[in-house]
Amino acid sequence: MATQHSRSAARLMNTPAIFLLLVWMLVPLCMTIYFSFLDYRPLRGVYEWADGFENYARFLSSGSFTDSVVTTLIMVGGILAITVIGGVLLAMLLDQPIWGQGIVRILVIAPFFVMPTVSALVWKNMFMNPVNGLFAYLWKFFGGTPVDWLSQAPIFSIIWIVSWQWLPFATLILLTAIQSLDSEQMEAAEMDGAGFFSRFGYITLPHLARAITVVVLIQTIFLLSIFAEIFVTTNGAFGTRTLTYLVYQRVLESQNIGLGSAGGIVAVILANIVAIFLMRIVGKNLDN
Amino acid sequence: MARAVSNRRQIVTTIVAWTIGLLIFFPILWTILTSFKTEAEAIADPPSLLFFNWTLENYEVVQERSNYGKFLWNSIILAVGSTVIGLLIAIPSAWSMAFQPGKRTKDIMMWMLSTKMMPAVGVLFPIYILARNSGLFDTHILLIAVLMLMNLPIIIWMLYTYFKEIPVDILEAARMDGASLKSEILYVLTPMALPGIASTMLLNIILAWNEAFWTLNLTTINAAPLTAFIASYSSPEGLFYAKLSAASTMAIAPILIMGWFSQKQLVRGLTFGAVK
Repeated sequence: MATQHSRSAARLMNTPAIFLLLVWMLVPLCMTIYFSFLDYRPLRGVYEWADGFENYARFLSSGSFTDSVVTTLIMVGGILAITVIGGVLLAMLLDQPIWGQGIVRILVIAPFFVMPTVSALVWKNMFMNPVNGLFAYLWKFFGGTPVDWLSQAPIFSIIWIVSWQWLPFATLILLTAIQSLDSEQMEAAEMDGAGFFSRFGYITLPHLARAITVVVLIQTIFLLSIFAEIFVTTNGAFGTRTLTYLVYQRVLESQNIGLGSAGGIVAVILANIVAIFLMRIVGKNLDN
Repeated sequence: MARAVSNRRQIVTTIVAWTIGLLIFFPILWTILTSFKTEAEAIADPPSLLFFNWTLENYEVVQERSNYGKFLWNSIILAVGSTVIGLLIAIPSAWSMAFQPGKRTKDIMMWMLSTKMMPAVGVLFPIYILARNSGLFDTHILLIAVLMLMNLPIIIWMLYTYFKEIPVDILEAARMDGASLKSEILYVLTPMALPGIASTMLLNIILAWNEAFWTLNLTTINAAPLTAFIASYSSPEGLFYAKLSAASTMAIAPILIMGWFSQKQLVRGLTFGAVK
């Protein structure tokens, strides 16, 4: 009796969250799907049904889509490579006995808490500016010609900025994972004469495999939606238009709602493919 | 002998770690230092690290000229508002799933998480047009609702993992002693859950404070927080490095400090318990 009572109370307590999330997910998503089958261009007063999957066909066959997918892959791949490799190395370093370890940790983690618009603008102006930036000064100091980073190496520059923001995240999670490594196992391997690289390859890396997977998946989901960093640096110019940015431009800048919505659905599908893998890992963990 | 070697090794790793740490932190340090320079010194060649005429002028100019206070206030309202409302909805939800798990609890948890995986750009236009048509565009209510819903799955997941650590025996003991559901929550659960709730709150404020997709696309002036204020510096007029730095320093300082306190919770909150 009491259990039944508390069980229905429990259901009642869970209702608001489920209801709100359901509305938040379903209503806009259904609207996007609906819009994706329209020829809807408010600036020209066009609002009619599109010809079947016309928007999808046009979006998927356009050169800008292919370019944006390539840009997205390079960007996400580059950031993942830098943050994961850098994160593993940094985590191993911070796991060593260091004087002032707490402070070093704080220094390393700090960039993650800087808001995206600030970090993008600080890097853009104070470091990458070809006239007054600190890099330009360094280049001149060593006798080189200053580089206009954001127009000459735009994708690299954005990869650099975003990696700076996400390196702390990877480091922090990998450090947490590394600290759960059994130190006796490590010492035993050392006693048996295993060198640094074989210890790393046979003990540390396998131990970190799961954490690395989690870092890769979570970062991918966040990185697929990079927006502010592109918005305030190149505004999508110089080949830095990612899929997210392309959809944003179609929807809010050129106001081709039908086409943009089809693009939005494509982005949702692509993100969900990554999400499935993440969910599987998280789900397994929930059972234990 | 062995001790001397390991001591030397510690000296080397300490030097390497500090160097890397300072390099990673340098952009933030440089921003803070530049905020105390004059505009001329901010672009001086060669740049000076510490030996310049320290001034607070930029902070005054930024506050006077650009209505900084209003943006700051908006950031606070949006971050705190969305967090508090999110907690009010999430606490009962996470509590019920942690202590009264049913057959479908796991499915519900996974489904909630999946809503977080949806890319914002996929629903940009519907949210935008709903906001426009309802007259809620550029209002606190809209932004609080959107930020709250965006982070709700993370809040529920974090609270769930904290609640799961509370020993159930204690709850049963309280029930045996005749505690009602209400007093069970109020006198037994809440005190034990408070640390978890506090760290969830902290992380969520950080996430909401730094959110820069919806805040940039759904605001213009009235509800625009600091993310949008800083973005307005992307089309500069004249000398502005020192002022940009002052504005940036003010925008990141509170979160930087909160962030340092919530390092541990960050791992739990952003990996959904997959890394412990």
